[in-house]
Amino acid sequence: MTELNKLTLAEARDALRKGDTTSVELTEACLKAIDSADALNAFVHKTPELAMERAKAADDRIKAGDAPSMCGLPIGIKDLFCTKGVPSQAASKILEGFKPEYESTVSQKLADVGSVMLGKLNMDEFAMGSSNETSVYGNAVSPWRRGNDEAQLTPGGSSGGSASAVAADLCLAATGTDTGGSIRQPAAFTGTVGIKPTYGRCSRWGIVAFASSLDQAGPMTKSVRDAAIMLETMCGHDPKDSTSAELAVPDFEAMLTGDIRGKKIGIPKEYRMDGMPGEIEKLWSDGAEMLKAAGAEIVDISLPHTKYALPAYYVIAPAEASSNLARYDGVRYGRRATLDAGDGITEMYEKTRAEGFGHEVQRRVMVGTYVLSAGFYDAYYNRARRVRTLIKKDFEDAFAAGVDAILTPATPSAAFGLGEMTEADPVQMYLNDVFTVTVNLAGLPGVAVPAGLDSQGLPLGLQLIGKPWEEGDLLNTAYALENAAGFVAKPQQWW
Amino acid sequence: MSIDQSTAAKVAKLARIKVEDDALPALADEFNNILGFIEQLNEVDVEGVEPMTSVTPQRLKRRADEVTDGNQQDKVLANAPDAREGFFAVPKVVE
Repeated sequence: MTELNKLTLAEARDALRKGDTTSVELTEACLKAIDSADALNAFVHKTPELAMERAKAADDRIKAGDAPSMCGLPIGIKDLFCTKGVPSQAASKILEGFKPEYESTVSQKLADVGSVMLGKLNMDEFAMGSSNETSVYGNAVSPWRRGNDEAQLTPGGSSGGSASAVAADLCLAATGTDTGGSIRQPAAFTGTVGIKPTYGRCSRWGIVAFASSLDQAGPMTKSVRDAAIMLETMCGHDPKDSTSAELAVPDFEAMLTGDIRGKKIGIPKEYRMDGMPGEIEKLWSDGAEMLKAAGAEIVDISLPHTKYALPAYYVIAPAEASSNLARYDGVRYGRRATLDAGDGITEMYEKTRAEGFGHEVQRRVMVGTYVLSAGFYDAYYNRARRVRTLIKKDFEDAFAAGVDAILTPATPSAAFGLGEMTEADPVQMYLNDVFTVTVNLAGLPGVAVPAGLDSQGLPLGLQLIGKPWEEGDLLNTAYALENAAGFVAKPQQWW
Repeated sequence: MSIDQSTAAKVAKLARIKVEDDALPALADEFNNILGFIEQLNEVDVEGVEPMTSVTPQRLKRRADEVTDGNQQDKVLANAPDAREGFFAVPKVVE
């Protein structure tokens, strides 16, 4: 057998059921891989004792014949998820020392089926970023390099630690969250699979809130089959999240037939951006050809308001963030600034938030405060919410015309170098999300599938966008694309 | 719309984030850059379009107004930077 940490969820599950390995062995292999990968800075809080405890319990459960799919499988959890008794900081200084007294619904569901948490994963602070460079823990580093060039590359963001850890085989899979592309962009940058489900599929309870109308959790995995397995565990109605959907969760894995004959795949012309690299353009048309060869019908479609998705997002997301992050006041949890004699409560708030929030978070909180302030609420916030209605309608029109899924590039480029964007203005960084952010605004499911390498040997991904609640069908199309693309490249181990 | 330093200072105050005076010009520039990007939204005809309140067509659920938990004062206070005698402690609020 190959090294145990390199297995997919499906392979490890099957090996566990056959008795070829144990959860303890799988977990030990991952813990060893994690300890030798500090250079990636992916795992920022390691929980080896807890992991071994859970692995032993999982082995007992497997022996007893009571083993759900994820039982015994070692995974990583993004630092945005509250995990009981384990630091949960959202990669922010302001949550230094915070150990929740409760467990997020999604991580609880994963624990209930017997999966093994190995630790918490690096990310951009409060999930605000596209390169994992806003983290209080420092940058997460991609296991991928441009050939022999030793320059460190970003694993993407905000779920950068999750992407790095899965791509480097430190865990079999990881949780991510996606507000504007934070699962799909890092998945594309690291040659992994990431799905953001329909808004409402996964409970948001216990996940540190960024922009509540956009945030969704999802799995980051080594294959589409693994995404189906893990997503099924993460989904489901939760009375503790009033936006969580009361819908049955289908057996997503059983829906992976690879048969997409007769499916209609839309190619939106507005995603053909000026200055798009030729390699991305080619990847996209190659992807369309692959789906066509598998029996799908390719149709040109128009999503006319695409151009306005990013500016609408950069009103709505900061507005919601400014409201959500008001809770970090230095009173109830986390870190309080040291005060000078005579400082009152306002100084405490202002100093705590100035010290505790990083630059990007401060910027977004203040932009959000501005667009919600008296006199600007209509001009910015309400206008952005109207544009959001139009963006959603674009997709509804396409689906009403018979389109089953939409194929786009996942990102406008391959991974860039850490530090390369430091001098760029924030808007340049925001452009990373240009192909993914529409999906959050419309509440739709979207999946990134690795589809090729660029001329420097870096992974490139394609995105498929599906109808609301049709994750099963979407994953099946992604499965067909994965089969046709045959992406098998792995990063050369240098860490 | 252009943001000057006094507007930047006002926004920082509203957001309860301390910004030193010498950092205000750069902050105002950043705001103007981002707001310049957002201005594109003015090109869109939104006449008669409802602002989105919920991305999925569902009403917020109601639940029975019942006490379902409580008596966890120690847990509630466990992460507080300053908790005393069963309360959150803060600096003096009134003179």
